Amino acid sequence: MRDVAIVSFTQAPNVRDAGAMNEVEILMPLVAEALEKSTLTLQEIGFTCSGSSDYLAGAPFSFVMAIDALGAWPPISESHVEMDGAWALYEAWVKLQHGAVDSALVYGFGKSSSGEIRDVLALQLDPYYVAPLWPDSVSLAALQARALLESSAYSEKDMAEVAARNRRNARSNPKAQLSGDFDSAALLAEPYLVSPLRKHDCPPITDGAAVVVLAADDLARRISKRPAWIRGIDHRIEPHSLGVRDLTRSPSTELAAEKAGVARGPLDLAELHAPFTHQELILRDALGLKHGVDINPSGGALAANPIMAAGLARIGEAATRISGGLANRAVAHATSGPCLQQNLVCVLEGE
Amino acid sequence: MASPPEQLLSASYALEYTYTRSVGPVIGRFLTGLRERRIEGIVGSDGKVIVPPTEYDPVTGETLEDFVEVGPAGVVTTWAWVSEPRRGQPLDRPFAWALIRLDGADTALLHALDAGDESRVSTGMRVTARWREETTGHIRDLACFEPEGA
Amino acid sequence: MDNPIEEIQTPIRLDYRYTAGGATARFLRGLKEGRILGQRCPSCQKVIVPARGACARCGVATKEEIELPDRGTVTTFCVVHIPVPGSAVKPPFVCATIKLDGADIGLFHLVSEIPPDEVRPGMRVKAQWKPREEWDCTLENIRYFTPTGEPDVELEGSAHA
Repeated sequence: MRDVAIVSFTQAPNVRDAGAMNEVEILMPLVAEALEKSTLTLQEIGFTCSGSSDYLAGAPFSFVMAIDALGAWPPISESHVEMDGAWALYEAWVKLQHGAVDSALVYGFGKSSSGEIRDVLALQLDPYYVAPLWPDSVSLAALQARALLESSAYSEKDMAEVAARNRRNARSNPKAQLSGDFDSAALLAEPYLVSPLRKHDCPPITDGAAVVVLAADDLARRISKRPAWIRGIDHRIEPHSLGVRDLTRSPSTELAAEKAGVARGPLDLAELHAPFTHQELILRDALGLKHGVDINPSGGALAANPIMAAGLARIGEAATRISGGLANRAVAHATSGPCLQQNLVCVLEGE
Repeated sequence: MASPPEQLLSASYALEYTYTRSVGPVIGRFLTGLRERRIEGIVGSDGKVIVPPTEYDPVTGETLEDFVEVGPAGVVTTWAWVSEPRRGQPLDRPFAWALIRLDGADTALLHALDAGDESRVSTGMRVTARWREETTGHIRDLACFEPEGA
Repeated sequence: MDNPIEEIQTPIRLDYRYTAGGATARFLRGLKEGRILGQRCPSCQKVIVPARGACARCGVATKEEIELPDRGTVTTFCVVHIPVPGSAVKPPFVCATIKLDGADIGLFHLVSEIPPDEVRPGMRVKAQWKPREEWDCTLENIRYFTPTGEPDVELEGSAHA
């Protein structure tokens, strides 16, 4: 397996509404900054891959417009996934494994403010049996939360503490949207949004974008004093019917973690893409995270949830801490689909 | 020449698509059953009954073809209370989403439960199908579920 | 099984609020005043219309505003024979890419008041605006472009559509 590392990560300020800025205007300065940090020009980059969603943007082929942010002339080698940018990173990593290119530019972006995100996500559901009922994303997460609460040692208080801890961590993240010192008892006094979920159990609605540059072997060592090497990366998916799955566990995360080699060494930190509080609890168990692992120092998706970029941002946040010498070994996770249906696990190490 | 500060210029629009979907023989059989107020599941590779039916076994990938009638009543395996229904959802008054394992089935169906109040919903409770007056062969021929014996 | 179900209707509707980016907002507001605004790329110096805030070739932000005249040259066109649902324009109608004088990139619009089989690349056209009181933040303020009667222009080999 070829050594591939993350050598640069940039993200937009995560905001409820980017206002007059469209996706190109959000992305362009980020791409410029990410490339500058990588010391590569777009023409030197071997492959570009992005993640975004047309239904989120309200336009077909919306990712094509985003290419304006890159300056794709002469023409570039480019691909796109209709998914979180974490999967664009996976595609880029695979491309680098083939050996034909040595570097990749990866980005994810989306403005959740333009539409009704809870309803947009209903379109990823079974179009015959489920989507015509329009179950929104919060409702489906609530089903999973209740299943977890009724089956295990976790309580609503545990969920509130996840919310409080993530938003407290977010205070040191200048790009976070929601941060602050919240008292979990006060959170528990709030009314339900869709029971058993309260507003604090849910992610904010966010406009944002994230950009990562990957490089292989010596190129990575030339660019970065301390590249964040991808030592393992894998993603797995479960059946899409909720009624067939055990919603209290994440077997796809367990299997992806095993394939990515999470347990092969000690972990300093974990960045988990858990938009809902109960999902962080499920993921912690699925990844076998022990005490002492710093979870979501960035604040995670509960502090900022730029759909299509939030998973990529977890990988970027973990990589940044490794490159900055704050950690030696980290796991980053991204999710897609209702109730943690599909999960990507990435193990990063400093040298 | 200095440009005046950018002000927000926005417009509402709606995306509407009139999708017509061909369903194939398995989904088609299930929906035909609904039109006749009958709920069917399909037998999986391990003998477990899958509702709603899938063309292939979710674990082995084998083609499935044996149908069996299930329900119309069953048990709630998990639920969530919607105090503010959204457009397009099955009910326009507060209701519960529920995963319902119908009698004779080994997997759960997602649908709405019209229980009137959150206090009347619990995991393990028995519920039964409420049919639309006019059925056409669509998942919404099931208007929703209601507490059994209601 | 009599009359098995073979198809279902699953219509969807999603509501959005589109926010024009900064440059697009200026372009659309310019149209409300009867002005066509482009921008010049600081890197390649090309004039891009509509103003989009970015040069797609260079990947840099564009800020310098250039007002363009409402006349130019057809670079390419097509004749549409099928009706567009919801549009008042009746087929056959002509869609064209028009290089406004001073722009380096073409603008997409309609050409009318000429038999479709007489439209050709190099033809000079000018905008026909709706009455001023009907103007809003939209390119539809221009109903369509019509021939000016000037002699045709020879297009360069590297003309961009």
